[in-house]
Amino acid sequence: MGATAKPMNSTGSWFDRLWRVLLLGTMTLFVLNIGLIIAAVATSSFARRWLGTWLPDGWTTTWYTEAWREFQLGDILWVTVEVVFAVVLLALLIGVPAAYTLARRDFPGKRLLMLLFLLPLMVPPITYGIPMATVLYKLHLAGTIYGVILANLVPAAPFVILVMTPFIEQIDPNLESAARVFGASTARMFWHVLVPLLAPGILAASLLVLVRTIALFELTFLTAGSDSQTLVVALYYAVFAAGVRAPQSVDAMAMVYMSVTLILLLIALRFVNPTQLVSRVKEHPQPAT
Amino acid sequence: MTTATPAAARVPFDRTLLLVMPAAAFMLLLFIYPFIYGLLLSFNPKSGGALANYTHFFTTDNLWPTIWTTLKLALPATLINVGFALPIAYKMRNKSRYQRWVTTILVVPITLGTVLIAEGMLIYFGPKGWLSQFLQLIHLYTGPIRLTHNFWGVLISLVISGFPFAFLLILSYITGIDPVLARAASTLGADPKAQFRHIYLPLLAPGLAMCFCLAFVQAYSVFPSAVLLGSPAGPTRVISIAAYEAAFEQYDYSLASAIAMIMGFVQLIIVAAVLGLRNLWYRGPVSGGKG
Repeated sequence: MGATAKPMNSTGSWFDRLWRVLLLGTMTLFVLNIGLIIAAVATSSFARRWLGTWLPDGWTTTWYTEAWREFQLGDILWVTVEVVFAVVLLALLIGVPAAYTLARRDFPGKRLLMLLFLLPLMVPPITYGIPMATVLYKLHLAGTIYGVILANLVPAAPFVILVMTPFIEQIDPNLESAARVFGASTARMFWHVLVPLLAPGILAASLLVLVRTIALFELTFLTAGSDSQTLVVALYYAVFAAGVRAPQSVDAMAMVYMSVTLILLLIALRFVNPTQLVSRVKEHPQPAT
Repeated sequence: MTTATPAAARVPFDRTLLLVMPAAAFMLLLFIYPFIYGLLLSFNPKSGGALANYTHFFTTDNLWPTIWTTLKLALPATLINVGFALPIAYKMRNKSRYQRWVTTILVVPITLGTVLIAEGMLIYFGPKGWLSQFLQLIHLYTGPIRLTHNFWGVLISLVISGFPFAFLLILSYITGIDPVLARAASTLGADPKAQFRHIYLPLLAPGLAMCFCLAFVQAYSVFPSAVLLGSPAGPTRVISIAAYEAAFEQYDYSLASAIAMIMGFVQLIIVAAVLGLRNLWYRGPVSGGKG
């Protein structure tokens, strides 16, 4: 087949080859530079003294212990863990039932409801974060860990709904009917039929919300007090007040941050194929059939 | 459900609908209510008439240009991200040994976080960083590299953090298109370019529009990297910096809400424009999934 087609698209294949080389080159350059950027931070975090040479004079781990002590990294990590797990748990608690209803039922106002859940993902966090922070300050919730949790829940709950709805749609409704025939109540059916079947989806959704919440800067930044900062916000303040702290210990903290998120994301990718995550978003903008 | 129609009243109320209530109530309470509160607050300025905040925004020299500053950063960043993600995702559309590996490698930058990217870029692009040392080593360029503390620094960091996201999203849309359609076209003599133009692009249009919007939101609300990698007083004074300053440095929540509303409004215009543009390619709901 290639032999017969050759004379016709010889220019085409030349163009294709150039295009492929260009794409591969750009991608390699991109990945290489990002790798080097990470390596630069990693090297700096282990460097004893690093001034204008290829590699530092000596290696040390004191920056990590210093970051731990100086930034009260232990406290910050503990707050981060508290916030993130509370957000994941609450987002699942209100998100999964809502996703179930959206996947199984048709009711008036469903599209409006979908819009309500899509909006927080479409509006820049600062836009709704500032009015929300104002309201939370009025309620004396901002500055406390509860305010941070509530603020982070605003994008997290819709995200769970968006991820879980296609998962639930895949499950055969006959299984639920069968459970009903044998007299299971809604709650029983939920716990004994749906939750086990949904376990991989729930796991994936919670890990992704976990990663997103750890990384979400703006909302935590707007609502956190000095003792309710999560890792990203603490990192930002550490860099923002550059000169006060040794840059190497900021780098050490950034490396801790990266390894935590990377491990969580890699675990998440084992359970969910990223290419199937947003199938629901694809269908949403289409007109109803 | 007091608004139930007579026809619906005969049907017993479906209690499953109650399951959606907590989530809906939460969103109304913490998303819609603050939004309306902010909107009303923005018309209730510290001094002057109802529109004083808005006139103040559009007549103050360090406020209204922030719209253009933000757009000048966010639009190119989004175009680069989506523009590169599309051909690469298209190449990766067929399941292969590489797909998972490439996906994993390209996803890694998501985990970096803005601060690590900022720190890394400050070191790597710095005057004594690896890049300038390397360029001097091969005698390509010996001058100072100016890629941080300006427009380019912020743009690069937006591409690093935004590209993986755009790539994942587009890849999931492309893999959702049944390859049978392209195969059918090729039996009728369509070359790969024609397949892309006439099969994939029209089917991708809604997904691309959605991806553009989501990537744009990400780039548009740039805040930490504009401060850390740009020059927040000058060329990268984006609108979110202006809103933040109004709220937490001047404690003028009314003005801050007004800026936030303007920000949301500009965002809305762009999203509406993109969704309108989508219709140029998109010809109708083709359920490409099950062919």
